[in-house]
Amino acid sequence: MKPTVRALRPDLAAIAEMVPHGSSVLDIGCGDGSLLEFLTASKAADGRGIELSQQNVNACVARGLSVIQGDADTDLAEYPSQVFDVVILSQTIQATRHPSTVLRDLLRIGRRAIVSFPNFGHWRIRLSLLARGRMPRTRALDYAWYDTPNIHLCTIADFANLAREAGAVTERALALSEEGRTHPMRADAWGPNLFAESAIFLLHAGKQQPA
Amino acid sequence: MAETANPRFLRPVAAPGADPGQAMTFAQPLKLDSGRTLQPFTVAYMTYGTLNAARSNVVLVCHALSGDQFAASKHPLTGKPGWWDVLIGPGKAIDTDRFFVICPNVIGGCMGSTGPAEIDPATGEPYGLTFPLVTVDDMVRAQAMLLDALGIDEILCVIGGSMGGMQVLEWASSYPDRVVSAIPIATGARHSAQNIAFHEVGRQAIMADPDWKGGEYQKFGTRPAKGLAVARMAAHITYLSEAALQRKFGRALQDREAISFGFGPDFQIESYLHHQGMTFVDRFDANSYLYITRAMDYFDLAADHDGSLAEAFRGTRTRFCIISFTSDWLFPTAENKRVAHALNAVAANVSFVEIETDRGHDAFLLDEPEMFATVRGFLNSAAASRGVA
Repeated sequence: MKPTVRALRPDLAAIAEMVPHGSSVLDIGCGDGSLLEFLTASKAADGRGIELSQQNVNACVARGLSVIQGDADTDLAEYPSQVFDVVILSQTIQATRHPSTVLRDLLRIGRRAIVSFPNFGHWRIRLSLLARGRMPRTRALDYAWYDTPNIHLCTIADFANLAREAGAVTERALALSEEGRTHPMRADAWGPNLFAESAIFLLHAGKQQPA
Repeated sequence: MAETANPRFLRPVAAPGADPGQAMTFAQPLKLDSGRTLQPFTVAYMTYGTLNAARSNVVLVCHALSGDQFAASKHPLTGKPGWWDVLIGPGKAIDTDRFFVICPNVIGGCMGSTGPAEIDPATGEPYGLTFPLVTVDDMVRAQAMLLDALGIDEILCVIGGSMGGMQVLEWASSYPDRVVSAIPIATGARHSAQNIAFHEVGRQAIMADPDWKGGEYQKFGTRPAKGLAVARMAAHITYLSEAALQRKFGRALQDREAISFGFGPDFQIESYLHHQGMTFVDRFDANSYLYITRAMDYFDLAADHDGSLAEAFRGTRTRFCIISFTSDWLFPTAENKRVAHALNAVAANVSFVEIETDRGHDAFLLDEPEMFATVRGFLNSAAASRGVA
């Protein structure tokens, strides 16, 4: 049975809709492989995955997916340039040690890059810090400050700025609400930066690579 | 050009009911990396399952140093089950109800393929040390000729562990258009200094046995059984792990209440190793052991491609699934991963699975459900990609 787009997590479903039929796809931080499986089965994608957890990798391969154990921070450098139609980094960039390097690698490896991340500019997070004076814990970011894997959190405005610095062209930007609804947004608008729980950017490298 | 017959074994058949398989003798020469040729030459092999009409369901199984073609059926000389019976058979991960499995004995081996114990047609005497050095590449070239003779062009999957894994990598590198998918297990793209060192200990043990007679023991009617047994004992330690040895044997004594203050086998581990050595010499030829260990030592896929392992796979469309084991110190995860990284560098389709176990290198021969699930899932996916039912 083909997996349906509705069975996917809302942010993954929104990402899947950005991937053209028949693309070669590299999903970095592919987790249990549900997006890869969907793209392979329903979008005829030539899909590969990189995943940090060996347990997840083994489960993916047993399901027939091409997945390798690896780390976005260290292993992207070895990939040649412009070999995938789409490179996906979903809810992972905030957990990398060098988000800027990782983003530049995405733009180099893929003709297009899709990046999704939790928006640290969400009003609940702002309010939580303002009102309680403690590091925010929300449904989407439910970690104590001392054991969070999310070492490089950013707001939508922050990410838009990094993308610009990396010489990326934003083709599309989507805001995701708490209920999982998606809305097209302008990356530099103040509204989504306050109300979106997470964001998805579809990018490609600009003609002029900044130094 | 080629004809099949029953293979000729060096030792008496102990299990007369066991299928001896086939042996194909080629009149044309096998060109070797050393510059020499073998002519004629024979490749002994076993098959399991049925070749489909499209000839698209072939799984080629490559055996390790001490293995042979009897991967999934009773061994004619020992009567023991096939060395990969856990993996290959009806309904198993390599399902012989779906796939046509071919397992050839390597060139240089001693189970019917041409090796140093065979008679050199030029002299009428056993080859002994006049047998040319063979390489993993040579083994694979002979297998390719076997498949040609069988009318098989495309291999759905080539799979093997240890030296079998080296052959898998060589196959994928040398015949990229013939190999749909490849599963190298517990292997590497080169033999490390430590691995060469252990092999040299084994070879020196064989050559130090007075019964070896400069490799001409067949002429003298002797057998360097002690040397070969010691070689096997030393090698066998490298196939296990410290943790597994401790778990299985610890310091337990063998058939005695207390240490004997002598050099008999006081400890169970000693007795176990003696047993491993003794049973090995019953089925293996000492000169074959020298030649095959040398072939592994010489294996260096990067060196064959100007030092770049990635170049060995540039442009490949083969799907790879690399499997390693956490406690394997002969071909540790890092060596397996080197291959995965090289494949990434040419944007090849590669999966990499590391399996947690304390059973060391030999884990690839054992009941490892996670390995079975990996092989089954990967093979199913490869089969689906080629429309194999």
